Amino acid sequence: MRKVKADPKGVLTGAHYLDGDFSIAEGALAAGCRFFAGYPITPSTETAERFAERIPFVGGVFIQMEDEIASITALIGASWAGQKAMTVTSGPGFSLMMENIGLACMMETPLVIANVQRGGPSTGLPTLVGQGDMMQVKWGSHGDFRIIALSPDSPQECFDLTIKAFNLSELYRVPVFVMTDECVGHMHEKVVIPPADQIEVVQRKWYEGPKDKYLPYRPDKDKVPFMVKAGDGYRFHTTGLTHDERGYPVINAECQDVCVRHLADKIDHNADKIVEFKEAQTDNADVVVISYGITSRVATKAIQEARKSGLKVGTLRLITVWPFPEKRIRELAKKVKAFVVPELNLGQVRTEVERCAFGQAPAFGVSHCGGWVHDPDDILKAIKEAAR
Amino acid sequence: MKEEDRLEERNPIENFLRMDRIPHIWCPGCGIGTVVSSFAEALRKSQLDLDKVAVVSGIGCTGRVAGYVKLDSFHSTHGRAIPFATGLKLANPELKVVVFSGDGDIVGIGGNHFIHAARRNMDIVVICVNNFNYAMTGGQVAATTPILANLSTAPYGNFEYPFNLPYLAEACGATYVARWTALHLRRVTKSIQEALGKKGFSFIEVITPCVTLYARRNRLGDGLNLMKYYYENSDIQHGADTRTLAIDFQGKFKVGKFIDQEKPTFLECMNTHLQKTLGEKYIPHGVKP
Repeated sequence: MRKVKADPKGVLTGAHYLDGDFSIAEGALAAGCRFFAGYPITPSTETAERFAERIPFVGGVFIQMEDEIASITALIGASWAGQKAMTVTSGPGFSLMMENIGLACMMETPLVIANVQRGGPSTGLPTLVGQGDMMQVKWGSHGDFRIIALSPDSPQECFDLTIKAFNLSELYRVPVFVMTDECVGHMHEKVVIPPADQIEVVQRKWYEGPKDKYLPYRPDKDKVPFMVKAGDGYRFHTTGLTHDERGYPVINAECQDVCVRHLADKIDHNADKIVEFKEAQTDNADVVVISYGITSRVATKAIQEARKSGLKVGTLRLITVWPFPEKRIRELAKKVKAFVVPELNLGQVRTEVERCAFGQAPAFGVSHCGGWVHDPDDILKAIKEAAR
Repeated sequence: MKEEDRLEERNPIENFLRMDRIPHIWCPGCGIGTVVSSFAEALRKSQLDLDKVAVVSGIGCTGRVAGYVKLDSFHSTHGRAIPFATGLKLANPELKVVVFSGDGDIVGIGGNHFIHAARRNMDIVVICVNNFNYAMTGGQVAATTPILANLSTAPYGNFEYPFNLPYLAEACGATYVARWTALHLRRVTKSIQEALGKKGFSFIEVITPCVTLYARRNRLGDGLNLMKYYYENSDIQHGADTRTLAIDFQGKFKVGKFIDQEKPTFLECMNTHLQKTLGEKYIPHGVKP
């Protein structure tokens, strides 16, 4: 891994009034992304528009592809040619990308996908908020694999976490997802973009050994293999088939075991380093509210009210949703009466909390099908019930 | 002298192949191998820096080509070789990117990408091995299957109109379009060499026998018979109107070089247009100073 300062060409230093979608584009440019392939879809399109407008002055490529399948696949090609690459989409486009998200995982390709979530399933609510893709991002492509998913709750975090997404993807050779939502995507707030020399960006580990000794899938000590790029004379091969360290297909159970476990180990082994969350007032809490994205901001109101009425309420806001902060949830489960998990779906992360709590504390969901954010009173009601 | 050191014991194109992956999986009598040989010969003649040549395949019998050529090679997903190649090419315009895949991959499941890459004049070479069926999955009807040909999902014969690929490629904007059969070794080589030397979207269709499935189901004899049959029933008509290039079941058909024109590529259009519109402030992409 190589940490460097951001290339000032892509950094729009200053205080801005931006929406979340625009902030994602600015975060990508600051992180060194110079390749964007995408397809218009509400409510994510503004990210593509911003990138198309900005890239001519930064140097790089914006291409509007024929669909989301082409977009994600072009990113994989661009990444293997050495570029940092990203796309943005929402539910239906995200569904179309699933097969090639699997290819990116299998080929261990760094890239970033932002999903500005809207209400689903199917065409659902194109213009209205949802958080229904949280399990899809983890399990949507077939087979076993691991990804990293982040969840910003403000335009500022859209900027910050997009940079983090690129850094993690380069570090672990894995697709990283910025799982925002229509509300955060379309919310305008102050976004401060620091000077380039204060933004740290990560470059993937480039292999520099003898050309005939390069093995694209031999894990290094940190479990992450070194990478090379097309055109550098390594004449390497990579495939979506189950493969050995050379990248050659081997179709049997033994190789499958090594190949697939590696994809999981690479992330599981480094989970403690990857996981990030923000916790407050959990020390003596009876109830801990676990939330992410726009829902964590709505929950703030309910938590304030609950505290006013004398309830001991702590908060845990997920920054990385995947990998999940399993250890911390398990520790908290031993101390608290219950968890409350509000989210704009029918309980996708709630079941994960329940799993991690191991029966030590119940997880009360505050489900909502999307289209609007929660009424804070509904969250308050759940907190009161949980505190009983 | 050890046996493997004797020249006659060695594969004449082994410098282009991953010899540690040979033998390949293709059936005896299959035409894909001859197209790979022609590709290797075209690369040699082109004198391109092989470090700067990348091959992308999709899925299927021809999709396995990427696994055997000793170049930067990518075995992508079904139908998606062209967008993969688009990403490679745009991210590093120095590369010569070749898509090597089958008819089912390129114009069946991947048809949308094919027409759009041709429309944009993406600077890639597309070699499409057309064996008239989905062979890897056991011989199913394809978008290229001639009417009346029998396949496992058209057990009473095909009744769907097939694509005329050169016509499709030309209509979408390809700058180089040729069709040969697998036995036109020298001409396939020449076409690939010409395409490698050109800028823009080049498309080469190669009609090949699928001996195990298409030929067997339709009682067309062995691979060599069918290869000869295609060769003898193809009429070389360079520059033929692509509308006249449909292929009937076991009928005569035309081969040749149909289109060879110059047109700015996607990247050239992008750089020219943005430079003109934005002036000095524009930072051109992929242009050496």
